[in-house]
Amino acid sequence: MKDTKRTKERDMISKRVKEIPPSGIRRFFDILASLEGVISLGVGEPDFVTPWHIREAGIYSLEKGYTSYTSNYGLLELREEIARYLKSRYGLDYDPQRELLITVGVSEGLDLAMRAILDPGDEIIVHEPGYVSYMPCTVLAGGVFVPVPTTIENEFKVKAEDIEKRITPKTKALLLGYPNNPTGAVMDREGLRRVAEVAQRHDLLVISDEIYERLVYGVKHTCFASLPGMKERTILLSGFSKAFAMTGWRIGYAAAREEIIEAMMKIHQYTMMCAPTMGQMAAIEALREGEAQIAEMVAEYDQRRRVMVEGFNRIGLTCFEPRGAFYTFPSIKRTGLSSEEFAERLLLEDRVAVVPGATFGECGEGYVRCCYATSLAEIEEALERMSRFVKRHRAR
Amino acid sequence: MNEIFRIMEEDARKTPQQIATMTGIPLSKVKEAIKQAERNRTILKYKAMVNWDKLGEGQVWALIEVRLVPQRDVGFDAIAERIYRFPEARSVYLMSGTYDLAVLIAGKTMQEIASFVAQKLAPLEGVQGTVTHFLLKRYKEDGEVLEGEERPKRVPIMP
Repeated sequence: MKDTKRTKERDMISKRVKEIPPSGIRRFFDILASLEGVISLGVGEPDFVTPWHIREAGIYSLEKGYTSYTSNYGLLELREEIARYLKSRYGLDYDPQRELLITVGVSEGLDLAMRAILDPGDEIIVHEPGYVSYMPCTVLAGGVFVPVPTTIENEFKVKAEDIEKRITPKTKALLLGYPNNPTGAVMDREGLRRVAEVAQRHDLLVISDEIYERLVYGVKHTCFASLPGMKERTILLSGFSKAFAMTGWRIGYAAAREEIIEAMMKIHQYTMMCAPTMGQMAAIEALREGEAQIAEMVAEYDQRRRVMVEGFNRIGLTCFEPRGAFYTFPSIKRTGLSSEEFAERLLLEDRVAVVPGATFGECGEGYVRCCYATSLAEIEEALERMSRFVKRHRAR
Repeated sequence: MNEIFRIMEEDARKTPQQIATMTGIPLSKVKEAIKQAERNRTILKYKAMVNWDKLGEGQVWALIEVRLVPQRDVGFDAIAERIYRFPEARSVYLMSGTYDLAVLIAGKTMQEIASFVAQKLAPLEGVQGTVTHFLLKRYKEDGEVLEGEERPKRVPIMP
């Protein structure tokens, strides 16, 4: 049949998608592609390859012919391992049959959570700076994104009273992303407890993105769901990407009360079917035998973290000490440049790639995100180059 | 404190200042610990790990299994010493199992190693027998993979 109806005039893209602004970092890809010798602090994943025994488990699963779908919820064996892990690490009791869902990374988990709980116009309160997909996922789910700024003065921890000020009758949920991408901030138990009180007082759900839970330095991570009364209100999202250096395997999970997991599974079964089987098999191995490697990787990140923080403060880019994830968030205000200008000029002039803070919310302006999941030699070279850059760009 | 030596074992060229930054241990303490370790032979020496094959000067290596007759009072130690004093013996270990000493020998040619074993090692009093295994290919040494180091292929900018 001849396609005669299709005209250029008719706009085929949905309003909902158009409502989402384009990613601020796309154009950096083009610049990067045209340059050589760039050191990238702009990555968002470990620089370790997945530990061999985990990869080997994935290979073995292929050899044994595990190439079919799994249950929509994910392999029961994996859910059982996750339940055991959450019990032993945080004292949480999740029923592997009904309260856990294996997702394609936390990214899918986040999308499912939003779509499962939001009706058109429902508001969700989210701290900024925060991960870039929080806002688009809210919009795509028909919700309203209500940002709460956090500040360096409070080390980018979100304050319960700032959340409470933004609550309206339409508020349905809060979203927490700690340890935080992009700032590296962590929340202490007391701060979380105050947020929990707000959730209780206003009958709100809490989506807690804890993908960086294992990457903390000198502090203990508090799982939000482990706070008194919070398991029922929390949709815990986590996964294997960061702790086990398994980003490309795309395996995450959601833990929540049965009714919510059921709703999330409903969407998941029609849109995704199940997470990759090979990745699920590898994830079982990761949970059973991967602890030693986590400790090794964390020890290395910790060393690099100190070098980067000390380096930024030395070259005049004030940097608070981040205690989680693998990011630092130095202030670039003294250069007088916007975070986007800073990132672009630094890339073009001195060939270091960083991510503009404004990518992660308005209050990220004045900062850039630098990832220390890269070799020490590269971190030191990047600091050298940035030092030269800062000297040239002192605010006039 | 052991963290200092873990870092140095990985890269002996790290300066005390760098190590202090990496660990959060004060510089003076790092310097003191290193000095002490050098003095009491916790740090035996600093050296580069060279891949001689790349320089066209590959050596021949052999692992020699040595069976011994233990001696009164000194057990295996005296005979082990007589063996490890030969500069050809690069590493010497007392082993459990079917033989007693594992001796790693390096030489320029197979003949050189064969003659060392036949003329120096085997005739020693207390050596009951030897089995020589020549090394054919090095894949990994001291934790380092020699060819094709593995790095993740990452997207350089990712939120």
